[in-house]
Amino acid sequence: MGALADFLLTSWPMALVIGVVAYIAYLLYKVIGASALDRTKLSLQLAPLFCTIGTFLVWELLCKAFAVSTFVLPAPSDIAIAIWQFRRQIGFHSFHTAWMTLAGFGLAVAFGIALGLLLGASRFFYAGFYPLLVGFNSIPKVAVVPILVIWFGVGWLPAVLTAFMISFFPIVVNVATGLATIEPETEDVLKALGASKLQIMTKVGIPRSLPYFFGSLKVAITLAYVGSVIAEYNASRYGIGNLMARASADFNVPLLFAALIALAILGVAMYMATVWLENRMTGWAQRSSFAAT
Amino acid sequence: MHRSESAVPLRPFVELTGVSHTYATGGTLAVDGLDIRVNEGEFAAVVGPSGCGKSTLMKLSTGLQFPQAGAVVVDGQEVRDPVKIAGMAFQAPTLLPWRTTLENLMLPLEIVEPHRSRLRRHKAEYVAKAEALLASVGLEGAGSKYPWQLSGGMQQRASLCRALIHEPKLLMLDEPFGALDAFTREELWCVIRDLHARMAGTLTVILVTHDLREAVFLADRIFCMSSRPGKIIAEREVAFPRPRDIEITYKPEFSDIVHDLRGRIAHARSTA
Repeated sequence: MGALADFLLTSWPMALVIGVVAYIAYLLYKVIGASALDRTKLSLQLAPLFCTIGTFLVWELLCKAFAVSTFVLPAPSDIAIAIWQFRRQIGFHSFHTAWMTLAGFGLAVAFGIALGLLLGASRFFYAGFYPLLVGFNSIPKVAVVPILVIWFGVGWLPAVLTAFMISFFPIVVNVATGLATIEPETEDVLKALGASKLQIMTKVGIPRSLPYFFGSLKVAITLAYVGSVIAEYNASRYGIGNLMARASADFNVPLLFAALIALAILGVAMYMATVWLENRMTGWAQRSSFAAT
Repeated sequence: MHRSESAVPLRPFVELTGVSHTYATGGTLAVDGLDIRVNEGEFAAVVGPSGCGKSTLMKLSTGLQFPQAGAVVVDGQEVRDPVKIAGMAFQAPTLLPWRTTLENLMLPLEIVEPHRSRLRRHKAEYVAKAEALLASVGLEGAGSKYPWQLSGGMQQRASLCRALIHEPKLLMLDEPFGALDAFTREELWCVIRDLHARMAGTLTVILVTHDLREAVFLADRIFCMSSRPGKIIAEREVAFPRPRDIEITYKPEFSDIVHDLRGRIAHARSTA
């Protein structure tokens, strides 16, 4: 177990590079093998890669052309060197950021579904709690972190709770909306059959709110990520946020940028995982693409 | 021009007596003093200008709304709850997009007793029944498709099947063909005509529509409603023998009835 963790910490950048290169090679192979008609379609898949690499190249050239100091804006090559140099720390802290974000996100999903179902099923609670929720949501969560630190001390709990607090709101709203907007005619059809409120909820309301729910997960995961990094920055010994706080105290600008890149990669990975889940669970709601396959 | 000997037994099935209803306390009446009597097995149509309370009539006779005044009696019992023996179809097919057409058809069976408790153990029997029903409206093999993979007319056929799968005694249709093109609409008239004929005498249908030709072609009895607050301004029987062919809609006797109804509704509109 320890050996595996050690191996992962030292060689994750290589694995990442190998993965990206293999993906590019796979796409290129498909483009070459494809007919002319499919080629335009496939080149669209390559477009993000070209544009990303192009952006980094321009950045590199500008830094070199104007001899910008790495203390102000490190060139991508300097950042790459910093990533390699600090790969153990970055890997370690990324792992902590990831699990704290996912823990907060998981809490937000559980709580968001429960509260969303309650608000969607009862007009009284919807009308009663909505203003309170909006009020709570409009508090910048960074302002809550000091309170969490007083309660729980510096550690993983403030980060998880901040991620939770910042991300449950869109889930609640979307689940409640999905339930509350059942077409009245569908409801009439079921009521005329003698269906109970619970049956209407389980047969129509909940399946209907699933696309709203999975849609909200994309927003929620991004917010949870913001929440955990904010809390790490202020009140944790682990996590990318904490790494950045220490790097900025040391004026280690290349490491700061390396940490930003790590945050971007982690964020994209988590976002893509939720999108994949959404497509898998509610394919019926994405009719055009679903029908085409 | 008289009804054949297999005429329906004349037992009142849906009876509204002096029914008035409003949605908001103190608001204008949606319907005012409705008197309607539909016999068992009959095909009744309710026509009138839009906003005349036709949909209110539907909700009252299925127990989705209760009248402020007057009495609603369905199948010999005063309506106090949703009636449970009714199937409904609307202008929008209201099929659930996450269920296949067959699964949509099975929905009432998951709710209505005795099917609900039998469904799990007799699944194959019910699936066969649903597929037979689909086939009878020209939807053979469409059961495995999702509703959004079907055309509008096919969705509406599936919606009719869903309203009938649990063998209701009362079928309520609220402008079910309103959103369809003229050719599809005539096709579906024939579908509903045949469905009604197959359940001879046991299925009472109330069709709400603003298409007079549709009403005259399908119904045994037509009620004309005035504009809001809705009242019955005329009731007339249509005595064309069954089964009716779509050709009768081009006969002068048919046009006479349509013309007569049109005149009464126009009159009601101008005096409103």
